[in-house]
Amino acid sequence: MVWVNAIIQGILIGGLYALFAAGLSLIFGIMRLVNIAHGDLIVVAAFIGLVVTSMLDLHPLASLIVVIPIMALLGYALQYCLLNQTMGNDILPPLLVTFGLSVILQNGLLEAFSADPQKLNAGVLETASLSMGSLNIGVLPLLMFIVALAVIAGLQWIFYYTALGRAFRATSDNAEIAQLMGLNKKHIFSMAMALSLAVVAIAGIFLGTRTSFDPAAGPARLIFGFEAVIIGGLGNLWGTLIGGIILGVAQGIGAQINPGWQQLAGHIAFLLVLAVRPTGLFPRVSH
Amino acid sequence: MSELLRCSDLSKSFGSVTVADSINFSVSDGEAVGIIGPNGAGKTSLFNLITGTLQPDSGKIHFQQADITRHSSAARCRSGIARSFQIPQPFAAMSVYENVLVAATHGARLPALKAQHQSIEALRKTGLLERANDTAGSLTLLERKRLELTRALASGPALLLLDEIAGGLTDKECQSLIETIQKIRSENVTIVWIEHIVHALLAVVDRLIVLDFGKVIADGEPNAVMASKEVQENYLGLAADA
Repeated sequence: MVWVNAIIQGILIGGLYALFAAGLSLIFGIMRLVNIAHGDLIVVAAFIGLVVTSMLDLHPLASLIVVIPIMALLGYALQYCLLNQTMGNDILPPLLVTFGLSVILQNGLLEAFSADPQKLNAGVLETASLSMGSLNIGVLPLLMFIVALAVIAGLQWIFYYTALGRAFRATSDNAEIAQLMGLNKKHIFSMAMALSLAVVAIAGIFLGTRTSFDPAAGPARLIFGFEAVIIGGLGNLWGTLIGGIILGVAQGIGAQINPGWQQLAGHIAFLLVLAVRPTGLFPRVSH
Repeated sequence: MSELLRCSDLSKSFGSVTVADSINFSVSDGEAVGIIGPNGAGKTSLFNLITGTLQPDSGKIHFQQADITRHSSAARCRSGIARSFQIPQPFAAMSVYENVLVAATHGARLPALKAQHQSIEALRKTGLLERANDTAGSLTLLERKRLELTRALASGPALLLLDEIAGGLTDKECQSLIETIQKIRSENVTIVWIEHIVHALLAVVDRLIVLDFGKVIADGEPNAVMASKEVQENYLGLAADA
């Protein structure tokens, strides 16, 4: 039973990893931008959540109403004013700029909030659980998983059934031609980053309610995000969810064997997938 | 007829290669103008200058009396300039309908429902309606050329630039394409058409411009232009005394 439990907890935590990864996958898919600062932006969102919850005395989940628009605006401005200047045929310049941004964000947060671990207080939600026979399923992890499903379904819908989604796909296919169809590439890229950081806002708030976080917590989140994206296959959002789940389950099983093996087991699962299927389990087929 | 497009003293060179050498011409509302010239004469570059893919070294471009020389490609498309490419460049992973819808939504800036109507209308006009749900990557050459035309039409152009759209087609395909273009012409869309297949061009246009080494060497009534000494020598390659 402990194994079943470990696997179920792993699946649920996989939802959080998929939330870490979805925004990363989105902007890589649309504009071939590798955002090294993605993990730090998740932590930024958690800190903004901390400020909002303590200033307005809100529940962390309610603070999303404020944090999502803030992060989306930040994303739009970041892409429009900074990253767009570095976009071109070479993917290296924007990657290096986001690397620099990562350093700036970590040190900025350290300056503003100190290195003390922080936590978003979600009250009874943190400990509430559903009892199913001999299994106990936490309400918060379950909620995170459901939200992850909803976010990925929502992103898929935007991508395939809306004008914005068609603009994303057209620009990602051929930006030059898209321009001649009246699409402003800079605006479309900025919208993509805004959407990515809106998802980051959700990921950040869940991160903060689930565990404590500090200014240096970003890079590890980035690694989990990357691993989920690559296990699932680049450019496939449902694949990213599966990638997150595989990572979560591997970590759960590892922790069950030996508490010190949690992260190691996740990385081993990632390396195994990479060795066997370098393009990931569900690479996007061109249809 | 009012003036729709004016190029004034338009020049562009890449190093020592001059693709536009103080080009002057204007196109009136409702006109159909053909552009011919040897390979490398600067025909496609001229389109690139008009659509904003290239920036001129000097000179000005006016569209509907407004100076658009410094406008972005996207802004020019939205103000009513559409083009088709010599080598079709569809968004290959998207469906034919979606390809057209992108142009109608963002090029013509139409609200969702109107954009859908305009897309379907454009697909019907070019005869691609039955392929609407197929991915653009699966189209044949003629269909891809038609898709280029459809996308351009869906953006609701006042000026349609066609770049060698008849090239590489069989006679029969070419004929059906000419009929489509004549139909578009009859709906008061101004057309500027680059083409090597002169008989296709002459079936549609009422004016002909000849380019050579980035210069306009003839401009006027098609038959008169084709018969002129300069064109005979420079383009058709006939000896001057033949």
